[in-house]
Amino acid sequence: MSSVSLKEVGKSYGRVEVLRGINLEIETGELIVFVGPSGCGKSTLLRMIAGLETITAGDLSIDDERMNDVPPAQRGIAMVFQTYALYPHMSVRDNMAFGMKIAKKPKAEIEAAVSKAARILQLEPYLDRLPKALSGGQRQRVAIGRAIVRDPKVFLFDEPLSNLDAALRVATRIEIAHLKESMPDSTMIYVTHDQVEAMTLADRIVVLNGGNIEQVGAPLELYENPRNVFVAQFIGSPAMNLLDATVTATGTQTTVGRADGPAVVVPIASQASDQARPVRLGVRPEDLVLTEAEDALIEAEVDLVEALGETTVLYLKGANGGAGTIAKLPGIHPVKKGTRVRLKADPAKLHLFDEAGISFRHR
Amino acid sequence: MRAWKLKRDWVTGWLLLLPAMVFLFAFTHIPAVNSLINSFYSTPRGKRAAKFIGLDNYERMIGDPVFWKVLGNNLWFAMGTIPASVGLALVMALWVNGRLPGRGFARMAFFTPTVLPLIAVANIWLFFYTPGFGLFDQLFGGLFGWSSTNWLGSPDTALNAVIVVTIWKEAGFFMIFYLAALQAMPVSLVEAARVEGANGWTIFWRITFPLLMPTTLFVSINAVINSFRLVDHIFILTDGGPDNASAVLLFYIYEIAFKFWETGYAATLTVALLVLLCLLAIGQFFLFDRKVHYK
Repeated sequence: MSSVSLKEVGKSYGRVEVLRGINLEIETGELIVFVGPSGCGKSTLLRMIAGLETITAGDLSIDDERMNDVPPAQRGIAMVFQTYALYPHMSVRDNMAFGMKIAKKPKAEIEAAVSKAARILQLEPYLDRLPKALSGGQRQRVAIGRAIVRDPKVFLFDEPLSNLDAALRVATRIEIAHLKESMPDSTMIYVTHDQVEAMTLADRIVVLNGGNIEQVGAPLELYENPRNVFVAQFIGSPAMNLLDATVTATGTQTTVGRADGPAVVVPIASQASDQARPVRLGVRPEDLVLTEAEDALIEAEVDLVEALGETTVLYLKGANGGAGTIAKLPGIHPVKKGTRVRLKADPAKLHLFDEAGISFRHR
Repeated sequence: MRAWKLKRDWVTGWLLLLPAMVFLFAFTHIPAVNSLINSFYSTPRGKRAAKFIGLDNYERMIGDPVFWKVLGNNLWFAMGTIPASVGLALVMALWVNGRLPGRGFARMAFFTPTVLPLIAVANIWLFFYTPGFGLFDQLFGGLFGWSSTNWLGSPDTALNAVIVVTIWKEAGFFMIFYLAALQAMPVSLVEAARVEGANGWTIFWRITFPLLMPTTLFVSINAVINSFRLVDHIFILTDGGPDNASAVLLFYIYEIAFKFWETGYAATLTVALLVLLCLLAIGQFFLFDRKVHYK
């Protein structure tokens, strides 16, 4: 059963359209991550689901009930804010109990719900403290606890880890993953600009850009089979390399020729009409390996070496008509700046994009 | 070497403090102490120097019916101005903090009384209160058919008329503090409460109002001080009359000191005013302490 359903949803402020034609079905128990660059509309979309922003086009339903004009409190949602949004003058206990108190629930019921949430999040020792006496990670746990107490159908997370330092971010991310496991029937929608959070937490990722959905899919599906150049470059770090090329032979396999390198046979089907079409050949930095072969995919001078121990990142000069190409090699490589290297890649891991940026695999 | 440097730091420190200290001592501390000393002396007249008379001035004060009258007036004045001006300020701030067409104009209009000199606006209000053809008589006469009222000339209405002018003057000033506090309040708090099902009324009483407590404390201490300090308009509107009906403590002190030239007794009354203000300010801190949440 679909838990949250968006049909042709759009948002405009006056004549400025920030989201258009959003169609998405979210299943019960799914953890969906909205990811995209700043200003892509991901937070706005989440706030529209929460009811904090009006929906100017299309329909939103939660559990098959149209929610466009239902106030936030009656949508069966709970929201965790980036800035925690804890009430600074209330103790942790009162913060978590606030919603139930104003709903005039019986005291025993409130107490039971608060202690259950506190137990799950290990907040029991802090129940009588004020938020200012807690660390950032603890405050975010209280905010999550406040959401749990509401026992919602859908949890909404708006960049919940962005205000935490790097170590806490990893720890809290793992906590959220455990939390999701312990509540298999809760649907969660999670907004982030951090692709590591997206990849590690999501059942499915929704990549947004400029008010549109670029692609929806499981994390590895997006990584291995991006629909277009934007998704290809947004998922994965460093971003996918794109090399200019022209189709020279079509069929079940496609051969492309390049001005500054040998022809490459890519095991992706193409049509006769693609002949002589300009395309972009995509290869992920981590799919490149060093080679001695004469007909290497890339031959270029090393501009910069970043030795990280677990990987060595090479920034190459000159390959692909000046635009920098990046190679990410596992382990430690004694490559010096200024040396010429040759790199190859498994043809099965190459991508082809047409002039419009659409992947040949998705046409 | 080290001692020299320490001494130099010490000198620099005092030099930096000096300008502020000179003014603070010249206009606050020395006059206060002098008043306290003078309150134990008789008023010097002609060739007769002031002489120490102990608590005689204080005895006179306790037996002075006008002192009790103006003190009572002052308490009524305080009770009339403080809650009304603070409450009005909060309502105006909430109003102009929301989305509202002509918001800038409304903010300016509310703040205007603060920038105008009290003496000048008192003259305008004098016209409003004029019996027969003043604004109020025209308004109430036209709406309810009331007969002409001498707002400033009748002992029953004089003080209340002065109170209205004071509220009008002060509310806009306090509004600015509330507005600043409201704008510093994170929007996400209100959004979180909305998601949890709180309506506007609940959000105000459970979230906004408690978080405004530091501002309320600050504003109300200022309002208390002002209720003893603002007398400019009384000179224009009623001159304390009729029969001291609109005289407050500071006005009475002015009359004793500079109309009757009884500086000794005026010093005694001043000490009484200072003690009263101190007690009120300390009391307010204790009263509010438990309820004020500083972030």
